Amino acid sequence: MKSEVGFEILRTLVAIAVALALGYVIIYLVSEEPGYAFSTLVTGPLTSVRRFGNFIEMAIPLVFTGLALSLVFQASQFNIGAEGQLFLGAVAATMVGIAFQLPPVIHVTLALAAAAAAGALGGAVPGLLKARWGANELVSSLMLNYVYYRLGIYIINYHFRDERAGAMVSLRLAESSWLHHFWPPTRLHGGLFIAIGAVLLTYVFLYHTRWGYALRMTGINASFAAYSGISVGSVIVYSQVLSGAVAGIAGGVEMLGILRRFQWQMPPGYGFDGVIVAILARNHPLLVPVAALFLAYLRTGADIMARETDMTAEMVTVIQSVMILLVTAQAFLRQYRHRAIVRASREANA
Amino acid sequence: MDTLRAIFSAAFGYSLLRVSTPLLFASLAAVVSARAGVINIGIEGMMLAAAFAGVAVSAFTASPWLGLLGAVVTGIVMALILAYFALKLKTDIILGGIALNLLASGGTIFLLYVLAGDKGISSSLPSKVLPQVQIPIIKDIPVVGDIFSNHNVLTYVAFLSVVVLYYFLYRTPLGLRLRAVGESPDAAASVGVSVHRIQFIALGISGMLAGFGGAHLSMGYVSWFSRDMTAGRGFIGLAASAMGGETPQGALLTSLFFGFADALSSYMQSLRIPSEFVQMIPYLATVLALAVYANRQAARKQAVSHRAAPKGSGTVVPDSGHH
Repeated sequence: MKSEVGFEILRTLVAIAVALALGYVIIYLVSEEPGYAFSTLVTGPLTSVRRFGNFIEMAIPLVFTGLALSLVFQASQFNIGAEGQLFLGAVAATMVGIAFQLPPVIHVTLALAAAAAAGALGGAVPGLLKARWGANELVSSLMLNYVYYRLGIYIINYHFRDERAGAMVSLRLAESSWLHHFWPPTRLHGGLFIAIGAVLLTYVFLYHTRWGYALRMTGINASFAAYSGISVGSVIVYSQVLSGAVAGIAGGVEMLGILRRFQWQMPPGYGFDGVIVAILARNHPLLVPVAALFLAYLRTGADIMARETDMTAEMVTVIQSVMILLVTAQAFLRQYRHRAIVRASREANA
Repeated sequence: MDTLRAIFSAAFGYSLLRVSTPLLFASLAAVVSARAGVINIGIEGMMLAAAFAGVAVSAFTASPWLGLLGAVVTGIVMALILAYFALKLKTDIILGGIALNLLASGGTIFLLYVLAGDKGISSSLPSKVLPQVQIPIIKDIPVVGDIFSNHNVLTYVAFLSVVVLYYFLYRTPLGLRLRAVGESPDAAASVGVSVHRIQFIALGISGMLAGFGGAHLSMGYVSWFSRDMTAGRGFIGLAASAMGGETPQGALLTSLFFGFADALSSYMQSLRIPSEFVQMIPYLATVLALAVYANRQAARKQAVSHRAAPKGSGTVVPDSGHH
């Protein structure tokens, strides 16, 4: 059992190394200054306090979406709609942030509650469609993403738009709704602590409550769970609703902590990043921050590389997708593991 | 009133066939892999990569046909990568498909920047478009000619593919084996069919069809590549395939339905409805249709199980009952 965990860690590390090596090859083929580009990618986030801050602040939404995806993956469900739910959450937080003037703590709480509710509603639709009619949640949540983007853009564009700004952005959020930056010159904000809280809450929920137990059992074997009295239909719905709520908070925190006015023309992609984070973390809430930090480090490095060299930041998606493919490839490196087992048993017998 | 008149015009019929073309390719790609028991979530990415390859190859060879070849080969290669990971290395095929979609989305932007120096659109590349085809005799018939003639060559390929795929699945030995593998891999394996080989072939064909769809987007529908230009069409194809009962003829009908919603949305732009709502229509239609379809399936399943097990006994009933 212990060696199995060790093997999983090794496999993950080898997968990451292979993906990074491929990234190096691509840089080498395309860049005029491959050595400098690669070293910027790998060490960039540590070269200044501001960049270090960028790295940590980038991890915050990834922690939330990683948790959102872990919740549904543990129930053996899919939620490709995290992207749209996050978008809805951001819009809801923006609306509350602009429309009200409230005491600071209450304002932040209300804005994030609205974000969570919007995300949860977004997640409830595919969950209900699946539980009630068996409609494939993968396809429905994908399609709803497009619906949610347009709905969000409509709300901002027609009701909260800043007419004086040149670009399509919302009005500024009231200062009382901000999550404040606590470590200038970085933009690290109170959302960091909310993220840590979310990690702990998700862990307690999954491993120390009856609901969490039902969710995990449904994920392991739905028929068995149903047989032992678990209502699989309600597990499907609440896993999607909770996942949507967490994704919604991710969007809200980005608005209150970083952007302070809605300015996304396109969904920011954190929802799909959550898939990678959850996979790297093996859907375990306590490992989600580790995976999120790793991915955020890579992202920040890529952004710095794009600014300082002739490479584009998008090349990291190549690294990321190779990582998903290899980490989820159960047979990857399996033969070495078999050989090791055979060798160990021979030695034991000798 | 104007909208109604517009819908019954020949121009609307023409644009219906035009916007349905990539959806039809995508849904046929979904049908062929689903019938072999493998879900191809990566169709979206395969189409996108193919659309880019079509533009890039045709720009550098000055030949639209080589561009088409490049697009189709790209679709097939992407599908075989997915097949290799899913079948040989046991990657979860859905996560593998998601990975391919991410790869295509970021990889095409990256290559676009390398080749065209722009991260949004390929307009600086002198890419070619595939020709439009005048159909003799039909083109001279009023209305009918306006609707059915003068389409991009790939539109005709798409509609022909329905027939070809139907013939392949139901009238050839390989098609029979492909369906057998999808129906029951164990039973197929027990009579000596190589399940993996068949699924490799099915994914390859799926990638080829996605490749045609991508080529149509960037070398017919429009004459350039832009980032994430597939805009969910690969996923709509999956929904269309599921709703069409995973048959080519069903996929044809559902693709036309989604095409109708899409064409309708561009006609409704002229009304004073916010464009965001109009643009939601195809996606909302997909969700609604998916729910209705799944609901019907569930009702049918229930009807079958009632007949087989009258007093709610625990009899296990196969999913697809005959009527």
